[in-house]
Amino acid sequence: MQFRDFIVRTAIIDDLESTTKNEAIAEMVDALIKSQTISEDMRQGVMTALLDREKLGSTGIGQGIAIPHAKHPGIKKLVGLFARSREGVNFEAIDGEPAHLFFLLLSNQECAGKHLEALAYVSGNLRDEIFRRFIQKARDAKEIIELMEEADQKSLIKG
Amino acid sequence: MSQQSVTLTVVIRNKYGLHARPAALFVEMCNRFESEVEVLKDSLTVNGKNILDIMMLGAEEGVELILNINGTDAETAAEHLRNLIDTNFGEN
Repeated sequence: MQFRDFIVRTAIIDDLESTTKNEAIAEMVDALIKSQTISEDMRQGVMTALLDREKLGSTGIGQGIAIPHAKHPGIKKLVGLFARSREGVNFEAIDGEPAHLFFLLLSNQECAGKHLEALAYVSGNLRDEIFRRFIQKARDAKEIIELMEEADQKSLIKG
Repeated sequence: MSQQSVTLTVVIRNKYGLHARPAALFVEMCNRFESEVEVLKDSLTVNGKNILDIMMLGAEEGVELILNINGTDAETAAEHLRNLIDTNFGEN
């Protein structure tokens, strides 16, 4: 499992406009609709699923990172969206700090295993200070994609 | 205060494995104690107090983890961590 297997390139948001949790999630879901990853009629269901998950405990895991995620029956295969916020979003994170990097994951009942793999892959890369710093500083979506490609290459070498 | 050292072998029993929520609970529990918690899975050794470390393991249902707990409150920490894992982090 690598970024190329689940991150939707055409839906990357290099600077979120929203600064609140609900708005940020809506902005990310809309990017998935705009890129035709999910259909317009799934908007409400996906939003509800994501917000319900947040009620169990914020997916703002601290260190400026959030991983909003949910299952939805309309999802055919695991999809991920990357978004960045320069200003930061109040995501009610565990450490109280604003979130700047977002990996949103959508799966269905059947691809729960893939979800866990994607989560592991995202976490493994975010642990890498250099990856994190570079993705924070990337100029635009194109540079973000390049960084993800590099990370995928490195993980291939490592096995 | 004397130093204690406990090694625990645990098996993840949650249907969806050590995903974000149980990982957060695990890390939160580790952080309640002074003791260091090292988590081993296959050839990986990570820090139990860091959520990225724990999620990086991608530990699915049935996976065995070894916890090396070292510090002044290692025995109490071990008891709480075992209990958290044995009760499936409050999930099915």
